[in-house]
Amino acid sequence: MTETVVLRARGLTKHYGQVVALDDCDFDLRADEILAVIGDNGAGKSTLIKALTGAVVPDSGTISLKGEQVHFRSALDARRVGIETVYQELGVAPALDITQNLYLGREQRRKGLLGTVFRKLDKPAMRHGSARQMADLGIRIQSIRQKVETLSGGQRQAVAVARVAAWATSVVIMDEPTAALGVRETNQVLGLIERVRENGLPVVLISHNMPNVFQVADRIHIHRLGRRIALVDPRNTTMEEAVAVMTGAKSPESLHLEGGTA
Amino acid sequence: MHTIRRAAASILATSLLIGTAACGSSDDDAGSGSGSSDVTIGIVELNLSNPFFGTLEKATEAAATAKGWKVMKSEAKVPGDSATQVTAIENMIARKVKAIVLDPANPTALVDVVKKARDKGILVVTVNATVTPVDAADATFATDNTAAGKLIGQWAKASAPPSPRIALLDFDLSDGPAGGRHNGFLEGFGITDKDPQIAGEALTKGTVETGQSAMENLLSAHPDINLVYTINEPVAHGAYTALKNKGLQGKATMVSVDGACSGVQDVKDGIIGATAMQFPSKMGELAVAAAAEYIANGTKPKPGLTDSGTVLITDKPVAGLTSQTSEWGLQNCWGEK
Amino acid sequence: MTNTADAALLEKEEDHGGPLRTFIGSQIAGPLAALILAIVVFGVTTSTFLNADNLSLIATQSVVVGTLALGQTLIILTAGIDLANGAIMVLAAVVIGKLATDGNALWALVVGTLVCLVMGGLNGVLISRFSLPPFIVTLGVLSVLTAAARLYTDSQSYPISSDLLTILNDGPTVGGISITYGVLLWIALTAVLGYALTQTAWGVRVYAVGDNRAAAALTGIKVRRVLLSVYLTAAVVYAFAAWQALGRTPTADPSGYSTANLDSITAVVIGGTSLFGGRGGVVGTFIGALIVTVLANGLTQAGIDSLYQQVATGILVVIAVAVDHFVRTRQTR
Repeated sequence: MTETVVLRARGLTKHYGQVVALDDCDFDLRADEILAVIGDNGAGKSTLIKALTGAVVPDSGTISLKGEQVHFRSALDARRVGIETVYQELGVAPALDITQNLYLGREQRRKGLLGTVFRKLDKPAMRHGSARQMADLGIRIQSIRQKVETLSGGQRQAVAVARVAAWATSVVIMDEPTAALGVRETNQVLGLIERVRENGLPVVLISHNMPNVFQVADRIHIHRLGRRIALVDPRNTTMEEAVAVMTGAKSPESLHLEGGTA
Repeated sequence: MHTIRRAAASILATSLLIGTAACGSSDDDAGSGSGSSDVTIGIVELNLSNPFFGTLEKATEAAATAKGWKVMKSEAKVPGDSATQVTAIENMIARKVKAIVLDPANPTALVDVVKKARDKGILVVTVNATVTPVDAADATFATDNTAAGKLIGQWAKASAPPSPRIALLDFDLSDGPAGGRHNGFLEGFGITDKDPQIAGEALTKGTVETGQSAMENLLSAHPDINLVYTINEPVAHGAYTALKNKGLQGKATMVSVDGACSGVQDVKDGIIGATAMQFPSKMGELAVAAAAEYIANGTKPKPGLTDSGTVLITDKPVAGLTSQTSEWGLQNCWGEK
Repeated sequence: MTNTADAALLEKEEDHGGPLRTFIGSQIAGPLAALILAIVVFGVTTSTFLNADNLSLIATQSVVVGTLALGQTLIILTAGIDLANGAIMVLAAVVIGKLATDGNALWALVVGTLVCLVMGGLNGVLISRFSLPPFIVTLGVLSVLTAAARLYTDSQSYPISSDLLTILNDGPTVGGISITYGVLLWIALTAVLGYALTQTAWGVRVYAVGDNRAAAALTGIKVRRVLLSVYLTAAVVYAFAAWQALGRTPTADPSGYSTANLDSITAVVIGGTSLFGGRGGVVGTFIGALIVTVLANGLTQAGIDSLYQQVATGILVVIAVAVDHFVRTRQTR
């Protein structure tokens, strides 16, 4: 394995009372890859993602980013080091326009007195920035002044992805980004995910949709009972095998494993 | 779970807030636990936004406590709020008060609950306003508002310029006193609602700022207005501000009803030409005297309206109308000086 | 970095809307049309409506509720509502009035502003920190403050004589139309708040919080802090409204302005701001407040029963809400 690991976790454990949500869990994300995380409901996927994005502080275990150990106490900590997340819904403000959404919470101000004293926004610069971002990701819209509510569901999710891709400097995490979308729109978003990777950001994709996962993922992290039980390459694993391992119908040893398991 | 707790907390918080606000001014320490010889009476007032009602309530309460009675009080929350009054009377019936002194927020809405109280042997007298029909209550002690309106109407007729242009600044005319004053004024002036001498009319909420806005609007259309009838003295005061802003003070004569100290002061200062003074304390004292008679020996008061009296206050008396000066008025007025 | 697609997108955007189309699409077009229509109708049907004195009167009559409505707009933009704004203003006004009778008017104004800040802050903390519903919180505060103002004054009004306190009723006469400082202050407040809402990050965040609170929080916006800042800013605006009220009617009256809260909401809604938050603005509210005054003024001059003013205002509110509903459902596919 010569590729560099961008985000690595070792021995993550998290208890909620009697319930073990994470049980000595490992995680590895390489630069330039789309890593899918699959697992049954209740397997602890979302706790893992929350630990990686700072929303949950694990009881024990370590997380390191680009070789340096990090301690996230809040989502803000993770965001500060360049880890950004796209959620299934909730990602955009419909009454605001595309530019306002892309820059929400990170608005740019004018230079000079206008900016420092009058707090004036630099709208032209933000419009240029968002036009460039949308073009870089190949997202087709009429105008960046369009309100997000005038967009289709797929376009809205594209705006959410564009926003995250614009601000993430190390990792993009996508939590079921296509769950609410139709087939055509899902394909648009999958294409977008690939383009994010091509533009140089590794992507963690959490999804229930196996065909989607096998369509775009470079590697698949299979999560079961609070830990990674297998890390496989979709090129030499079938969907049926992956599902069987995920649900416990089949042991992970039967697969062609990628890298080390836990 | 979390949301339920939050909702519960907010409902609790609200009920506490509203509860403190609503209970803040009512001493409902009615006779529970005290001896059966104790007498409790109920006082149901309008909302106390106008000091008039505060004066009336305080006088009633003072007269009652002077007799060693306990008092249950309640006030309507906004003008016309009869629902709160109905609830209050129901509570008073439940607490077995001997008599209720009621200032009705609406002439008809309270008739049923008043009947319920009287059926239980409770004496119900109204003050300040009547219910309709008037004999639905045992007695009424109030200003004869029609007479009050007539007084200032007659004064206005005698003092008016040769070609009067009249503005009428009213309060909701379905309100008993407001309607009475309006009709009385017209009668005293000798005109009807359709008379061409009336330049315009507007509704106010009986407050300074609504009086001012209404007068401003009427003046815009009819700058020649020279006689202004106002439902009460705060409205007159607001109307005066409107006239003054247009440089028209002194060009229009104003008449009003109330006799509050601030209003009498306005008469003295030449802002109001004449006002009809009411005697809220007297209303309350008459009501308590009637209740005392009934509790002592079961004698009911004379049914119908007993006028608590009206006095015309003006510093420009006219022939044929009895009036008092503002000096006298300041000695006999109600509210803060 | 800039490739052709980027340039094309920007270019497209430039000719996407000419000024006229942008204006027609904007939210103030409807209210402005209603205002112009009302002015034309009253101008034609009454002889006195369009004279200079009356027009300046309309502006003067709008300032108190109009100023309150500016603060209300901020709160409604966050999907909140403030039922207590009139009561906060009245309490501040009577505090100012009572303190000024035997003291320094400037000091009284400062204390009045503090009263507004404390009350607005109370609303803001209960709503932002404890996530209580604004309707309920401000309903409770309304009830308490209405009583507090009466208790504080014993239901008496205080005449105002200080020049400082009534200065907003003075002002220059320009071309035969007298303009009060109160009207100028109202315009200035509208401009400042309009700038803050449309040209600063704070404004974008206020809209975002009202539009989709969860999304705003996920982008790292400190939603509670934005909400608190909105209630405090509104409180400062209410302090200006109290000053306006004393200038307009030189009496601090605890029983005045009892429906100013609803009147301010009416102005906001007629001005095109959505009660669901995230849409609208202060310029619309400015126009909305003028519309309400024009109706009252014009109908009185036309000799029409005052009750019809309420009918007309009510119809406009329903139209405004219907338009908002239409806009939101049409665009949410």
